[in-house]
Amino acid sequence: MIAVLALVAGAVLGLLIDPTVPAAVQPYLPIAVVAALDAVFGGVRAKLDGIFDDKQFVISFISNVLVAGLIVYLGDQLGVGGQLSTGVVVVLGVRIFGNVAAIRRHLFQA
Amino acid sequence: MTEKHKDTGTGWPNGEAPASPVPDQLQPAPPERDTAPSTSDRQAVAGATGERAVAGSNPLFRQVITRLNSPGVTIGLLLALLGFALVVQVKNTSTEAGLSAARLQDLVRIQSDLEAREERLRQEITSLEESQRRLTSGARSREAALAEATRRADELGILAGTLKARGPGLSLEFVAGPKPIRASMILDAVQELRGAGAEAMQISGGDGAAVRIIASTYFLDAANGALNVDGKRLTGPYTILAIGDARTMRTALSIPGGVVESVKGDGGNVIVWEREVVDVLAVSEPADLQHARPVS
Repeated sequence: MIAVLALVAGAVLGLLIDPTVPAAVQPYLPIAVVAALDAVFGGVRAKLDGIFDDKQFVISFISNVLVAGLIVYLGDQLGVGGQLSTGVVVVLGVRIFGNVAAIRRHLFQA
Repeated sequence: MTEKHKDTGTGWPNGEAPASPVPDQLQPAPPERDTAPSTSDRQAVAGATGERAVAGSNPLFRQVITRLNSPGVTIGLLLALLGFALVVQVKNTSTEAGLSAARLQDLVRIQSDLEAREERLRQEITSLEESQRRLTSGARSREAALAEATRRADELGILAGTLKARGPGLSLEFVAGPKPIRASMILDAVQELRGAGAEAMQISGGDGAAVRIIASTYFLDAANGALNVDGKRLTGPYTILAIGDARTMRTALSIPGGVVESVKGDGGNVIVWEREVVDVLAVSEPADLQHARPVS
């Protein structure tokens, strides 16, 4: 409940403040968001499975974001940033789909 | 998540100080564990170590620290950050159309696309301007030709007597004396007026019938002092209307031995009026040319 409230509060804050993304962060923010979404869906799934762990969630969240950013940064340095970003998004998307499927099975038994 | 958070709150002090009344008071709800016991135990251990590190003498302070330290708060913060970043990224993407976030290769490709398009559009502009110039000049020259042709047709129509004409000029009235006005006198007057630059003329008789005087007009003496002009019978007094420079025509008519003097010599009279506006309304039917064709 608090997590949902925090998510909404963050979104509202973003709407209210309406900041401009610094140029240095711009390539990484979308990937970081997708990585964080993956962590969140994983957390929801773990919660429904009854194996949710706060510490694990926090660590997976942060490491997801950091690793995603790192991969994109590395790709930019190697000149394949676009392709690597696509790859990261694809992998994370697959994971999100898997997690959502698990959540769906829990909620609807289907 | 609230339940989860409460679990954590009760779980930590239980590990550290089971008899502490403050956490119980804060979380009076019985611990409804929906998580597996193993997870809870792990949390308890982890929480205990964190708790020991920041343990203070003040229970309130400890409670605040406990709550601040709880992973639930961290999770909340992270999720708030996620929501924030999500919204910011979405707004950023929708407002900037993603150009500033695009990669170098994409930008180069987009730029070359745009340059090719610009080149194409430039060529189109050039060709369109060319055709516009051609059309404009064509229309202008056609317009000019049309205006010139119209002007020329008007001019020729007035000279040939097929158009009504209006302008400054003279009005001559021939009043016969004891002898009738002879056709040769009228012809003299017409020639004199032509020589003085008359552009359109007509002659009318006493009954108002009018005949346009053109190049082929002839004057004959008819019976009873009447006049045959182009086959039409006119009776005196005759009035000639002439459009042209009034003063020149008047001078030409009144020179010694001229028209006015010879008419007066026969006992008649010529009355000349200078008019601001003379209307030559009689027109002559254009003759159908049977032999002559224009040479072009």
